[in-house]
Amino acid sequence: MKIRHEVLITPERAVVDGKPIPVTTHGIDMLTELYRTRINDYPRFFKMDELCRLGFVASELLLQAAGDRHADSEDRAVVMFNSSGSVCNDRKYQATLQQPDGFFPSPSLFVYTLPNIVTGEIAIRNGYHGETAFYVLDKKSSALIDNALRATFCDETTQSILGGWLDCEAPDDFLAELYLIEK
Amino acid sequence: MVCKIADNIFSPLGFTTEENYQHVRQGCSGVRRHEGWRGLPYPFAASLFDWNRVQLVDGFTPFESIVIRSVEGALAQTDVDAASPSVLFVLSTTKGNVDLLEAPSPASAMQRLPLGAAAQVVASYFGNPNMPVVVSNACISGLNAQIVAMRALQCGSYDTVVVVGADVLSRFIVSGFGSFKALAAEPCRPFDIERFGLNLGEAAATIIYRRAEAGSWHAVRGAIRNDAHHVSNPSPKGEGCYRALRYVMQGQSAGDIAFIGTHGTSTLYNDEMESAAIDRAGLLAVPVNSLKGYYGHTMGAAGVLETVLSMRALDDGIVLGTKGFATMGVSHPLNVSASHRTTDKRAFVKLLSGFGGCNAAMLFKKGGMA
Repeated sequence: MKIRHEVLITPERAVVDGKPIPVTTHGIDMLTELYRTRINDYPRFFKMDELCRLGFVASELLLQAAGDRHADSEDRAVVMFNSSGSVCNDRKYQATLQQPDGFFPSPSLFVYTLPNIVTGEIAIRNGYHGETAFYVLDKKSSALIDNALRATFCDETTQSILGGWLDCEAPDDFLAELYLIEK
Repeated sequence: MVCKIADNIFSPLGFTTEENYQHVRQGCSGVRRHEGWRGLPYPFAASLFDWNRVQLVDGFTPFESIVIRSVEGALAQTDVDAASPSVLFVLSTTKGNVDLLEAPSPASAMQRLPLGAAAQVVASYFGNPNMPVVVSNACISGLNAQIVAMRALQCGSYDTVVVVGADVLSRFIVSGFGSFKALAAEPCRPFDIERFGLNLGEAAATIIYRRAEAGSWHAVRGAIRNDAHHVSNPSPKGEGCYRALRYVMQGQSAGDIAFIGTHGTSTLYNDEMESAAIDRAGLLAVPVNSLKGYYGHTMGAAGVLETVLSMRALDDGIVLGTKGFATMGVSHPLNVSASHRTTDKRAFVKLLSGFGGCNAAMLFKKGGMA
C-alpha cells in the first residue's frame, strides 16, 4: 500500500503534498474560496452539506495533484472514516421537524443525514463505479484506519483508494486528511 | 473459510432466529398500519416493536438495548469469550440513537448520539477491549459489515467477528422517508404491479463469524459497487447492483444458486432497478425473493436479518415467499413467488442498495469447502 498524494484541510489551512495553498478566508468560507479558485466547474457544490463540501474539495485537490481522474472506472474505491457521522446536518434536519410554525421535513436535507453520501458525491463527479464505504469510529485511530484501508484491497478489482479521515463536527470545526493510495 | 458460528434475530416477530423463522414460515408479518404515531401527520405501515415486551437494559437506550439483547442471544450459542482481544465488534446502523435529538436528554445519554460512542458502550458492556467499527453506509450497511468481518478474518487480524445490525424508528427517520414520498400506508408489495412504496421496520440481528477449516454456512464472496448516478435515486440500469452481482458470481454457476435475496423495498425505482441488474447478470431464471413484506425495511439490520433468515430457511430446503407480491410489475420478468418454494441447493446471493448510490452483493454457501 503506497500513499501517492495527501491533502490536509482544517478550518485555517489547506495543504496538498506538504505545500500550503494560499487562502484569505477560514472555516466553511475557505471551502467556498477553494472551490471558486481551484475548481469552479461543478455548481452542485452549493447544494451539498458541509461534510460533502469538505470531502468534495479535498478529493478535487488530491486528484489535481495526481493529474489523473480515472473517469468511468471500477478499480478505485472511495473509503472514508470519521467520529461525528453526519451530525451537522442531523441537527439541521431535526430543526425542520420542530419549527414554531410547523413540520417541514426537507428531502434535500434528509439525504445528507447519512455520512456516506459524500462517497456517492465523489463517485458521481468522477464516474467511479468501485467500492464506496463510510465507517464511524468512537475516536480517530490510525491503526484501525490503516487496517481497514489495507483490507479494502481484498477486493481483487480495487487498485487504488481515495480515502481517509473526513470529519465535520460543526461548520467551523472540521478536519480532512485524505490520501490517494495505490495497492 | 469464514464460517458462521451463531446468529440471532431480535424483531417484532420474535426474539430468536427460530421464533422469527417459524412466524415467517406461517406467513406472519410485523407490518401494521399506524396513524398519529408520535404526532406524525400521515398514516404509514411499519413493523414496530411492542416496547412493553422488550426488556431494556438498565442504563442503555432502546437502540442499545436491542443491540445487546441480540448479541447476547447469539453469544449464548457459542463458547466465544467476548472480552478477548481476538474478537472484533462490527455494528451496522444508519441512525443509531438519533431520537436523542428529539427531546432534551441527560448529558450521559447525549454523549451516545455519535454512532461510534453508542457502539463503544455496547462493546464495553460485553467487556470487549477493541474499538468497534461502525458501518454507516446507508441501507447496504448490513452486508458491508459482513464484508468487513470477512476481510478482518481473512487478513488474520481477528479470530472472531461479532456483526450486529440494528435500527429503531424515530420521527427523524419516518419523516425523512415520508419527505421522499417513499412510504406506503399499507403493507408493501415488492415487485408487484401495484406496489406503492416501502414500509420501515425495527429490528436487531447478529451473526458471528469465525475463521475455520469447515463449517455449516460460510461467507464466500462480497462486493460493494457504486452507481455513480445520483445520491438518492438508483441507476435505471442497475449499474452498481449489476457490477456487485457480477463480482460475487465470478466462477460460480447460476445453477448452484437456490435464490437471490433482493433488497426488494417495494418502491417503483428500486424493484425495477434490481430486475434490470439481475437480467444483465443473466440470472433471470434464478428464483428471487424479498423479505420486506414480513419486516419492512429494517435499515441497518436488514443485511444481517435477511441473511440469517435466508440461511435458516435454506437449512429447511425452503426459498421463502415474497409476501405482498401477486402480479409481475417490473419490466425484466423475475422468478418471484408469493408462496414458499422448496429447493435442494445450498447457496444464495443477498443484494442491498442504498442512498449514496451504493450497492452490495454477497454469496453464501452451506457445508464443505469454499
